[in-house]
Amino acid sequence: MAQVLNAALRDALREDPAVHIMGEDVGTLGGVFRITDGLAAEFGSDRCADTPLAEAGILGTAVGMAMNGLRPVVEMQFDSFAYPAFEQLVSHVARMRNRTKGRIQLPITIRIPYGGGIGAVEHHSDSSEGYYMHTPGLHVVCPATHADAYGLLRASIASDDPVIFLEPKRLYWSKAQWSPQSIPEVDPIGTAAVRRHGTSATLITYGPSLQVCMEAADEAIKEGWQLEVLDLRSLVPFDDETVSAAVRRTGRAVVVHESAGFAGPGAEIAARITERCFHHLEAPILRVAGLDIPYPPPMLESHHLPSVDRILDAVARLQWEPGTSDGESC
Amino acid sequence: MTTTVEKVDVTVSTPVQPPQIDPAALLPEREPFQVLGTARAGGIDDELLRTLYWDVVRGRRYNLQATALAKQGRLAVYPSTTGQEACEVAAARALSPQDWLFPTYRDTLAAIVRGVDPVEALAVMRGDWHHGYDPYAHRVAPLTTPLATQLPHAVGLARAARLKGEDTVALAMVGDGGTSEGDFYEAVNFAAVLQAPVVFLVQNNRFAISVPLAKQSAALALADKAVGFGLPGRLVDGNDVVAVHQVLAEAVERARHGGGPTLVEAMTYRIDPHTNSDDDSRYRDPSEVERWRGHDPVLVLERSLRDMGVLDDADVEGAARSADDFAADLRERHDHQPSPDPMTLFSHVFANKTPQLSEQEAMVRAELQAQAEEDSQL
Repeated sequence: MAQVLNAALRDALREDPAVHIMGEDVGTLGGVFRITDGLAAEFGSDRCADTPLAEAGILGTAVGMAMNGLRPVVEMQFDSFAYPAFEQLVSHVARMRNRTKGRIQLPITIRIPYGGGIGAVEHHSDSSEGYYMHTPGLHVVCPATHADAYGLLRASIASDDPVIFLEPKRLYWSKAQWSPQSIPEVDPIGTAAVRRHGTSATLITYGPSLQVCMEAADEAIKEGWQLEVLDLRSLVPFDDETVSAAVRRTGRAVVVHESAGFAGPGAEIAARITERCFHHLEAPILRVAGLDIPYPPPMLESHHLPSVDRILDAVARLQWEPGTSDGESC
Repeated sequence: MTTTVEKVDVTVSTPVQPPQIDPAALLPEREPFQVLGTARAGGIDDELLRTLYWDVVRGRRYNLQATALAKQGRLAVYPSTTGQEACEVAAARALSPQDWLFPTYRDTLAAIVRGVDPVEALAVMRGDWHHGYDPYAHRVAPLTTPLATQLPHAVGLARAARLKGEDTVALAMVGDGGTSEGDFYEAVNFAAVLQAPVVFLVQNNRFAISVPLAKQSAALALADKAVGFGLPGRLVDGNDVVAVHQVLAEAVERARHGGGPTLVEAMTYRIDPHTNSDDDSRYRDPSEVERWRGHDPVLVLERSLRDMGVLDDADVEGAARSADDFAADLRERHDHQPSPDPMTLFSHVFANKTPQLSEQEAMVRAELQAQAEEDSQL
């Protein structure tokens, strides 16, 4: 996926002279994950600029650049390194359009290497989407496939609204059977995709958990369950229509994500489904989420992350009939 | 036993050459720069002096009027710049039309001198929206309430200008308290590293709400901080409008011609409380305020210009009358501001409204229609 993101950035830089990349180590080094590899060499150190090590300064400077007609693409080196920029994000980036009644727009893309599963040390594996989703004025997207990595990044850079672009770190090294010629039509931000059709239950997920859900769906066949798998792709805006339709087809749903379950994205998603699909539900909506703990050390992260087994256990709990003991424990 | 040490090829990229500046040249003078009452006052264009005078007189009248509106409850709050008019006026007058001003929440006067309609500048205080004027019309960024967060914006705007080949300079204002914020340090550092055409104006009015400067910073002068970032610091008498104007104008031109950023500290004093809802008798001695009234920027300027023969009684009366007219116009138009339309709550959150927001919009529209029907039946 790293090469795909690199191609998306290269194409954006080629097509629009207003696009400027900036961040820590994005220039000569090409980023710690090499997402910006070769871009400074091709487009110059002004358009792919190494900055001082200061996230608020990076994002705050991007605000001023956007006010003056540029389209900054900012890299936050790791998910939890983005927190110093949080004030700029919630106090300015998210609100500037609204505050100025549309006069100042901030077409800033904030790329954040996101999530765990790569055996990294602390502060390199957070799932921070909940913070961003809760801030009106931001779009939040998270690709799970190579085509979406390209398409969503291009759409994010083209968007006149600020976009938090979460890049699942553990997919960086997934091999791409992909070339720019082979990508399908780019879908607009805000649409979910059904990755697999099924009838027994709907798994709703995004980003790094999609692969886990697909594996769970393969395993589920042995139990006689046909699982539908829905990839949200965009958390804000949220595609209520596609999600509701998918849940109505099966009557059962499990929301799967890495970030902590308590007050997490799954809580919002489950509530939205309940509000729209209550009479179609055969069982309560369940969540398979990260534990409610600070991100664990690498040797323990497998206990934290959603697994195939946990997903299948949840699906099993959904198959209850009203009045059975399983149902009561649900 | 022999150990084989493998030779490692270390490729070191060409280091960036630091600018060849004598560190001593970056340090500000120990005494704040003054013009009025010194030999430097000679030879300044009379027209400029008169403009600055009319500006500070009108600025004082504006502060009194806005404070009155706040006391009458017609503004939710007003943070006065009484005593700081020289800094406000000089900041706006040091800029050319293509330049940008980045004000704090206190700097409505600077925005007005820059050309912003006072009624629009006070929108945020009145509470009809978070921001009231077109930032691009006079190149004045939105007033910023979080401290120092607008400084990196100024750096970014100036950097973009340079990348686009424009000769725009950004002048960013901050208070003494704001210099304790992380964004201040990040912005000044970015500006220095990028050699961005930015001028930082610290209005040191001695208090961050109630906390005096001595508890805010242990630096000898806030302008001294510039040296550590590799840019020049200037210390200026903030109640001497001609001195502040001169220092800022020099810094602006230096930035415009590729000389990089400057950090200017203007030593002034906040005569009024932090806002109209603050009780300043809890943290400072009224005699201190009285002492500063003796160094009032309006009086200092008037006295000097009379001494220089630039100003006579008729000029002073003319400026006062003009300021009264300005205040009357502000009062009149302020009272006729329409209430904001609730539907605008949804208009500007995104360029493309989310489906979720459209649903909420429909809900509020229905509520308003129901309310209107109910009202019409009464």
